[in-house]
Amino acid sequence: MPEHSSSRSSGFDRRAFMAGAAGSALVPMTARAAAQDARPVTAQDPSLPVDVTLRVNGKDKRLSLDARTTVLDALREHLKLTGSKKGCDHGQCGACTVLIGDRRVVSCLTLALAAEGQEITTIEGLATDDHLHPMQQAFIDNDAFQCGYCTPGQIMSAIACVKEGHAGSDADIREYISGNICRCAAYPNIVAAIKQAAPEIMKG
Amino acid sequence: MRPFSYQRVTDPDMAVQVLSAAAAANNPLTKAAAQPLAGGTTLIDLMKLDVMRPAAIVDINPLSEGWSAVDPGGESLRLGALAKMSDVAAHDEIQRNYPVVANSLKLAASAQLRNMATLGGNVMQRTRCSYFRDVSYENCNKRNPGSGCAAMDGVNRMHAVLGTSDQCIATYPGDFAQALIALDASIEITGRSGTRSMPFAELHKAPGNTPEIETTLQPGELISAFVIPGRWPRSVYLKARDRQSYEFALSSAAVALDVQDGTISDARVALGGVATVPWRAREAEALLKGQRFDDALAQRAADAAFADARGRQHNGFKIALGKRVVARALQQAVTMEI
Repeated sequence: MPEHSSSRSSGFDRRAFMAGAAGSALVPMTARAAAQDARPVTAQDPSLPVDVTLRVNGKDKRLSLDARTTVLDALREHLKLTGSKKGCDHGQCGACTVLIGDRRVVSCLTLALAAEGQEITTIEGLATDDHLHPMQQAFIDNDAFQCGYCTPGQIMSAIACVKEGHAGSDADIREYISGNICRCAAYPNIVAAIKQAAPEIMKG
Repeated sequence: MRPFSYQRVTDPDMAVQVLSAAAAANNPLTKAAAQPLAGGTTLIDLMKLDVMRPAAIVDINPLSEGWSAVDPGGESLRLGALAKMSDVAAHDEIQRNYPVVANSLKLAASAQLRNMATLGGNVMQRTRCSYFRDVSYENCNKRNPGSGCAAMDGVNRMHAVLGTSDQCIATYPGDFAQALIALDASIEITGRSGTRSMPFAELHKAPGNTPEIETTLQPGELISAFVIPGRWPRSVYLKARDRQSYEFALSSAAVALDVQDGTISDARVALGGVATVPWRAREAEALLKGQRFDDALAQRAADAAFADARGRQHNGFKIALGKRVVARALQQAVTMEI
């Protein structure tokens, strides 16, 4: 088995596959495994940046990151995609919500290295040409914000809420959007926006 | 956040090897140099707060291929430890045959966090004690053994009234664990000498004189699955909290009943939000078994569940609240249509 606990002296090559003791490290690529980068990665020198490719809004982005970098910081500080907002930075407010695969997650608690190989969708990836996403349009139509700081997270979370099938009633929407805090308390209008956009999103 | 090395493992043996190599013999596992990363919703948060300081992160998510299966088909329910909270909460058969399990997961955290967090990580989550989470307080016996407890005479409204010691009153914050302990779940643990099984009730350790030691897991061991025997369609998870959604429990109850011809033939009661560890209320269960249900019986069971409870300056209300939660959960379980 190759050295993997530390490569402090030689730097590291995180592209190097571990030889996979007796082949047991090979993971069959089912639908679930395919959604995630299942290659082993060897430990690296914490003081050195790590090369990583993130797939953001349909494009591969090659980055060299400190291992501590979250998806949120990679988006905002390295890719200049500042739509996703840093509110609490502890997974409590939802302002940083993005989609990874088809799941809404808080990007502030997701390590960028752990998101390699997965499809990341941010607020910047929603509109096509001159057309806003139905949820973006619905937020405008319903005046579903005041200061707007939580809005990108609200919209990403709202889209997932609809696609999960959790937008059937006002009560359902309130329960399943509760991970997105709005300091301006635009909640009634946010619920109205989600109800407006839901049929169009479900129609595809 | 302090620097760390990141490593991704694709087979359990590798994970166990790396984690056990980094665990010092006399240290609590939560202070081991290498920590496993699953959903990350506790670990990354506590690293940002400087409460957890691993030198190495071992990303075990690729193990989900083998460790995330959900099998509700047989005489027992088997849940892979890397299954996501949201997937298990939304599972039709679990909602039907184990509503206490589905609802304990659905009522926890937010949709985003449930999409990230795994079942194994969920039961291993650390306390939300505000003094534990704030390193500017030196005196936390859980973080700094022997340093004292700032919560004891501090702002302790959220703290435990059961299972406490004079060293620690930090509440076990989870919900799912109450369903597991009520239903006599066992856990499968993967470690250096293969896989072993253990009652879930033996996983968590009450604080006693060593609040820094939170579980009985050994170095390198990972929870790989949960097994719940039997089926419990007549079961309820009731959670009282400061907000209607997205908040930890002030008091919660996991209740499962088997009622035959109007008589309670089996009863399970567990309490959340009020104890230092997942808490089975066996005294309440004993009162219920063999009886016909009425409100007076529910009240006696609730009183029994909290007979040993001790409040401090700000959390005494949890005793009265907790009894009402238990009584109402029992009423809901008895009257639910299955």
